[in-house]
Amino acid sequence: MAVKRSRGASIAIGSLGWIIALWIFFPLFWMFLTGFKSEVDAIATPPHLFFRPTLVSYAEVFERANYWHFALNTVLISVGATFVAILLSIPAAYAMAFLPGKRTKGTLLWMLSTRMLPPVGVLVPIYLIARDTHLLDTVVGLAIVDMLTNLPITVWMLYTFFREVPLPILEAGRMDGANRWQEITVVLLPLAVPGIASTALLSMILCWNEAFWSLNLTSSQAAPLTAFIASFSSPEGLFFGKLSAASTLAVAPILIFGWFSQKQLVRGLTFGAVK
Amino acid sequence: MATVELKNIRKTYISEEIIKGVSLTIEDGEFVVFVGPSGCGKSTLLRMIAGLEDITDGDLLIDGRRVNDVGPADRGLAMVFQSYALYPHMNVYQNMEFALKLAKMPEAERRGKIEAVAKTLQLEPYLKHKPGQLSGGQRQRVAIGRAIVRNPKVFLFDEPLSNLDAALRGQMRVELATLHRRLEATTIYVTHDQIEAMTMADKIVVLQKGIIEQVGSPLELYHHPRNLFVARFIGAPPMNLLQAHVIAADEQGTRVKLVTGQSVTVAVEPRADLVGTSVTLGIRPEHVRLGTSDVNPGQGVVLLAEHLGALTHLHVRISDGHDIIIQTEGGDALTADAPVAFSFPPEHCHLFDQNGVAMPRKARRSLAA
Ligand SMILES: Nc1ncnc2c1ncn2[C@@H]1O[C@H](COP(=O)(O)OP(=O)(O)O)[C@@H](O)[C@H]1O
Ligand SMILES: [Mg+2]
Repeated sequence: MAVKRSRGASIAIGSLGWIIALWIFFPLFWMFLTGFKSEVDAIATPPHLFFRPTLVSYAEVFERANYWHFALNTVLISVGATFVAILLSIPAAYAMAFLPGKRTKGTLLWMLSTRMLPPVGVLVPIYLIARDTHLLDTVVGLAIVDMLTNLPITVWMLYTFFREVPLPILEAGRMDGANRWQEITVVLLPLAVPGIASTALLSMILCWNEAFWSLNLTSSQAAPLTAFIASFSSPEGLFFGKLSAASTLAVAPILIFGWFSQKQLVRGLTFGAVK
Repeated sequence: MATVELKNIRKTYISEEIIKGVSLTIEDGEFVVFVGPSGCGKSTLLRMIAGLEDITDGDLLIDGRRVNDVGPADRGLAMVFQSYALYPHMNVYQNMEFALKLAKMPEAERRGKIEAVAKTLQLEPYLKHKPGQLSGGQRQRVAIGRAIVRNPKVFLFDEPLSNLDAALRGQMRVELATLHRRLEATTIYVTHDQIEAMTMADKIVVLQKGIIEQVGSPLELYHHPRNLFVARFIGAPPMNLLQAHVIAADEQGTRVKLVTGQSVTVAVEPRADLVGTSVTLGIRPEHVRLGTSDVNPGQGVVLLAEHLGALTHLHVRISDGHDIIIQTEGGDALTADAPVAFSFPPEHCHLFDQNGVAMPRKARRSLAA
């Protein structure tokens, strides 16, 4: 529904949007700047706005840790977890959207509620399970945990997108002779491509940024970029220049990826809210 | 081609019974229309026949075979949905091809069929278009085409014209009726619009609250409604209904006195037990006679004269304060506030007892009008 706003209200809402955007953007911007500062400039108070940019921090970061090793792990974990999450979510969301039962709403809410539990609450059991199944510090192990933590979100999102597909179209498919598999793959999925893409995108971003399980379930072999950042925050005290350079390197790929797919993402996340 | 038989079909959603025992036989090649007010269960009944809803109880037979447990695809039916339900990501050709492809029909044969159907439905220029690029009428045609190419045993339509504007609806009605005459396929058509029912059906099934009120040809329903519900539902403008008292019942029929003071002897089977009770007298607008030729005509005042060109509908307030509609010729010069005298020719009057059930006529009208 289009809401007609007065000019004043438009300006106010526009300004508020900008303030929030800058608020969110500033730390990233500062991190980016700090990465190009010498360690002395980086810790100066008050902060130096003008400084001689240097690549020293980046050079040291690359020297001390194998960035590509961590980056590859992150890519494998994010893509793998997302792929499996989508694969499992499609039938689940289909059943909930088109064959709802008495407990469907309750199940959906229950699934979402698992996201409200602080992850640390299940750290010990998950750690023990991972240890006993020899999945500690493996890409597969972390991918499974990431996939499971994102499953409620991907099921919910796909459920919402599937609900937008008119049921008669699926029924027309059934009348035309499509079995359940064909109904889903040939009729439903092509119509839900935008929704599936934005769900996958969100899952990718969440996996990419996931730190808690990464730090607790991996050490070296399967350590992703979040562990890479963390490795620059510890023993010798804080070196903000190197930390910022490492963080910039870690978030850059997903930022660029997100930038190119932002249209898809916005469409996905506001689906139903804007018509 | 096929016959369809419903034997005491029921449908219960959770705890509410929506279809309360429907029995019906549909002959091969017949055009049957389910008509009734919104929410009476027409779609539910059609969807049970289609196989899209489970049948709670009763038997559904197609060509004599019980198909309750046969999936929608294997019943050999095709359905046209109210919203058309075209596949938005496929073009017109692919929409029509989908079922044939699933049935593993060879490519050349598919092409031949689709092109033939596209030709009859004037869809040839649009075969490469997606549904989103078509007008409502064209989408409707594609939906019909998608059903026809499959050469189904039975066509099912669920309010297919209700999303079209009035002019297009009239045109599609004619096209559908013509198409049915050409294909001679058994057709079940759902609508809430009694005009669609009257103009297209071989047989009308009037439904209310999940039960069949009456089954019959359009003229049968028009001239011999079995009860007040059918009398009200069929015909536009609707039948005039007036309260009356039975004052005598003899060989001639039943004599009733209207609240306006007139009395009429209607040739229905006399029932002495009804003398003194109140009944409802029904008469269609075109059967009310204007003028003072009768011995004791009713009196009224024109409230509104609707000049439709070929016809005029006079809305008349009669002496007891009720309004009736009288249909006269297009040239009628009567205008609002004009006093009128009218009478009810007994041969055109219907009587309904307190339960709303029509009292049977002594002689049935010839329906071939
Ligand atoms: N899936 C359903 N669950 C519960 N009630 C339903 C369902 N589908 C239809 N109904 C109810 O059944 C009744 C008949 O619906 P329907 O067959 O669509 O009526 P019609 O097509 O005659 O307008 C309505 O009261 C409707 O609310
Ligand atoms: Mg309906």
